[in-house]
Amino acid sequence: MNWALAIPEIVLSVCGMGILIVGVLRRQDSTFLCSMLTLGAFLLAAILSVSTVQGIGYHGQFVIDPFSGFVKLLIIAGAALCLILALDYNRKQRISRFEFPVLMLFSVVGMMVMASASNLMTLYLGLELQSLALYVLAAFARDDVRSSEAGLKYFVLSALATGLLLYGISLVYGFAGTMDFAQIARAASDPVHVSPGLVVGIVFVLVGLAFKISAVPFHMWTPDVYEGAPTPVTLFFGTSPKVAAIAVMVRVMVHPFGHLTDQWHTLIVIVSIASMIWGAVAAIGQANIKRMMAFSAIGHMGYALIGLAAGTAVGIRGLLVYMVIYVFMTAGAFACITAMRRNGRSVEMISDLNGLARNDPALAGAMAVAMFSLAGIPILSGFFAKLYIFLAAVQAGMWTLAIIGVLTSVVGAFYYLRVIKVMYFDAPAEQFDARSPSLTFVAAVTTLFTTFFFLFPAPVVGAAQAAAQALFG
Amino acid sequence: MIYAVAVFAPLLGAIVSGLLGRSIGDRAAEAVSILVMVVAAICGVTSFIWIGFLHEPDGTVDIGSWVVSGSFRTSWTLRYDTLSAVMVGMVTFVSTLIHIYSVGYMEHDAFPRYRFFAYLNLFTFAMLMLVTSDNLLQLFFGWEGVGLASYLLIGYWYDRPSANAAAIKAMMVNRVADLPFAVGIALVFLTFGSIEFPIVFAGIQQHMNDMYHVLGSDWRAYEVIGFLLFIGAMGKSAQIFLHTWLPDAMEGPTPVSALIHAATMVTAGVFLMARMSPIMSYAPGALTFVTIIGGTTSLFAATIGCTQFDIKKVIAYSTCSQLGYMFTAAGVAVYQASIFHLFCHAFFKALLFLGAGAVIHAVSGEQDMRKMGGLWKKIPITYTVMWVGSLALAGIFPFAGYYSKDAILEAAYSAGGVGYYGFWCGLIAAGLTAFYSWRVIIMTFHGPSRMDHHVEEHVHESPWVMMGPCIVLAIGALIAGFTLRHEFIGEGWPEFWRDSIVITASNHVLANMEELPGWVGIAPTLVGLLGIATAYTFYMFVPSLPGRMASMFRPIYLLFYNKWYFDEIYDALFVRPGFWIARTFWQVGDVTLINGVPDGMAALTADGARGISKVQTGSLAVYAFVMLIGVVVLVALYLLIR
Repeated sequence: MNWALAIPEIVLSVCGMGILIVGVLRRQDSTFLCSMLTLGAFLLAAILSVSTVQGIGYHGQFVIDPFSGFVKLLIIAGAALCLILALDYNRKQRISRFEFPVLMLFSVVGMMVMASASNLMTLYLGLELQSLALYVLAAFARDDVRSSEAGLKYFVLSALATGLLLYGISLVYGFAGTMDFAQIARAASDPVHVSPGLVVGIVFVLVGLAFKISAVPFHMWTPDVYEGAPTPVTLFFGTSPKVAAIAVMVRVMVHPFGHLTDQWHTLIVIVSIASMIWGAVAAIGQANIKRMMAFSAIGHMGYALIGLAAGTAVGIRGLLVYMVIYVFMTAGAFACITAMRRNGRSVEMISDLNGLARNDPALAGAMAVAMFSLAGIPILSGFFAKLYIFLAAVQAGMWTLAIIGVLTSVVGAFYYLRVIKVMYFDAPAEQFDARSPSLTFVAAVTTLFTTFFFLFPAPVVGAAQAAAQALFG
Repeated sequence: MIYAVAVFAPLLGAIVSGLLGRSIGDRAAEAVSILVMVVAAICGVTSFIWIGFLHEPDGTVDIGSWVVSGSFRTSWTLRYDTLSAVMVGMVTFVSTLIHIYSVGYMEHDAFPRYRFFAYLNLFTFAMLMLVTSDNLLQLFFGWEGVGLASYLLIGYWYDRPSANAAAIKAMMVNRVADLPFAVGIALVFLTFGSIEFPIVFAGIQQHMNDMYHVLGSDWRAYEVIGFLLFIGAMGKSAQIFLHTWLPDAMEGPTPVSALIHAATMVTAGVFLMARMSPIMSYAPGALTFVTIIGGTTSLFAATIGCTQFDIKKVIAYSTCSQLGYMFTAAGVAVYQASIFHLFCHAFFKALLFLGAGAVIHAVSGEQDMRKMGGLWKKIPITYTVMWVGSLALAGIFPFAGYYSKDAILEAAYSAGGVGYYGFWCGLIAAGLTAFYSWRVIIMTFHGPSRMDHHVEEHVHESPWVMMGPCIVLAIGALIAGFTLRHEFIGEGWPEFWRDSIVITASNHVLANMEELPGWVGIAPTLVGLLGIATAYTFYMFVPSLPGRMASMFRPIYLLFYNKWYFDEIYDALFVRPGFWIARTFWQVGDVTLINGVPDGMAALTADGARGISKVQTGSLAVYAFVMLIGVVVLVALYLLIR
């Protein structure tokens, strides 16, 4: 048994437990120390993820391939950005506790397991590990009613979704006789003789995962949780778990159910279209910027799903590139949202941004770049994300998806541009509190990535190409 | 090489006075633009003398590569041959005088003057690029450049709606002509594989029998190209059907009119015919068309000139008419005569316009001749130069027009065929030309004063900065004809023009001109004198006669007076339908569809946003319910699709 395949996860788990012990044993507040140690552990895990040999281990339950490596790196990067943002935010909100980085760390372990799952059981295990940590994180500001409500809502609805997923897994197991991806693929290799039970199972699995990426109609939790959770946690919800969930969805749909593409692809199309339209339209009415970002996330997941709906290596490549760009531009936007503090209190209405360009041109600039990019304006990275996706859709002959995608981007541009208009053309409101260096760091890194992606797209696109090829073998 | 200096000095002037004019002030801008023009004129005239009289060899000046795309190559190159040098010498010389004149004329203008001088420089530069180009694309660059500069100058007084309308009209009419011209250039490339003159002209014999197959019929390549290029020339040179912009262009300041009519812009079409003579000479069908249009224009414009009351409009129509002569000559493939007339015409037409400008200056901006009269004692110098200009225009011995116009009419007659049509049109027009020229002189300078008291007090001779150029031009109008006729159209023409003008071996028109019946040579002068006598009879001795004639031949008079109703016909045929189509597109396409659809979509989206917000209640039960509904729908769909 090649146990070394899971070295990054093992190391990260051990580190997590070690950091937990450090946090508990030290008498003084050790949040900063634990956060730094967690960041170190992330770095270590990232290096190990890149350098681990490839192969299948643990009796076919665990797979390391370029796809899993790509996804793991992205998950870790997203988590690290959130953690850096949280350092200062949590202290100011007086919710600074050392458990925060540890919870994040274990959540990341769960996501990494998801990314490497090659068995429905492994998948479930990873999913549950990350979800358990997320429930606590959502309610981390436990004295805040909205945060508690967010945690509770996410817990209940997630439990429902997990139930559906488990039910789907059991149906698949019952009708295919196995939970191993390769063997399911063999069982489904003759689409004519696939039983309806297996098909229903696939739908339920899909639904369970669609909940995690907040695709319509399983998105209802998203605005409430985004609004209620502490801002860095909101960002975390928006990045790593979505990457992990969509990666798992891609792997499950392409690998074990790959022979049934013609059948599930319609469902993905429907979910994708519904998400794009819902995300674009619903965001218009929002006054709270975190809620707006929730709908924005729903819309963006719709775009990413176009890549899966295309069902080709080019499509998956587009999806992976989309996720990379999405993580960075969302992080940029949330870095700016985190900076929205006035007199020691966090504010989150769009109108609070009035005239920001005059009070803090740098922050307004970063926010404007993030918004333009989210809207898909050339030459920012968000444009290329959409370009690769639409390209794949057109190549696969899915004109409807591409056209709806373009149209909803136009509608979506409205609310992104509104933020910019508020910042640049409205009368200045009161100034925000001074920004912390960590926040400025995140905003700068993400803004630079978003702005200059067009100069060096090759590494990202090349890695995504390799990852997509690995899935299609 | 001084040749390049002549071409690029005006560009330098345009840049300096245009971009820095605001900071260095009007006076400095004027000084700079006149200085560069003087330099250009010295260089230009020197080049002309060197190549024309000292027999310097032809050459080119390479500036650099411009467009390289596949087999299509074009470079910025100045062509130095007699034809170009004649034009460069004439353009720089006349333009310099007009620049100097403008200092006096624009003295009291309300607008900042540096803009005006920058445009004048730019105009001259564009014209020089046009005449010196070594390929059709660079020629087109200059062609569009003069179009742009004329637009800017005609609309120089941009606060006058009529000036703006005239500027737009000039632009639009030229645009109509430019399309066939551009197509013609494309066809030259298609046929010869290049638009560089040396390559095109070297391939003339090779492609002699090329055909285009269009809609089942065959057309000779040269005929089609020649025809299309001539359409372009018609627009720039204001020939009948495309002439309507020229009289309206009088909305610009008078020096601009002089520049447009004498040195730049309108002569471009005539120059193009001469430049493309290697192709045109082998397109007899196109040449016939050129003669017909040219002859018709000369007569038609002269008839209108006889009835106008605006002093500048009369001269404008006379330009139109004289251009008709030049095309008549080009049509019978005697390009030498047409360039000769162009050259002489530049002097006396610039003179007439500058003289008219001096008159207008004297009577406080009035242009209507019915409100002038009796001026000759008050502004004697202006009166004299107007006489000189008119004598030259009417073709009276020994003024320039006598030699050049006679040459054209003799050439037309000796060419025979369609040339007779050109001859008779030209002969009648010569009489009319003399008539309206003296009508201008008599109405303006003689008879009782019809000015109001206030204006009459202010009548004064123009300053020397204005009269100086007029006098120089008057001398030119007097001597240009007999000093240059030997080289331009006489026996010296083969070594003067050398290869710059090509006529076919079978073309003996120039030689035959010596053997015409005697009356052909005398007729133009006689007709001219008759015209002058008629004018005296009508306007000096029997002043009631014009009115009687007008009422007796009322339909014809109205036809002439209303410029043959061209503007009205075009208005009904093109402008109104154009507006109607535009309005339809605007109302239906833009307001209803392009505005309506997005507005509707936006309203729909806003409604959708409100509706969705209602679904997002915050109730956990509703959320769970939506999820379950989703599952059911998806499962149902999936099972249905299978």
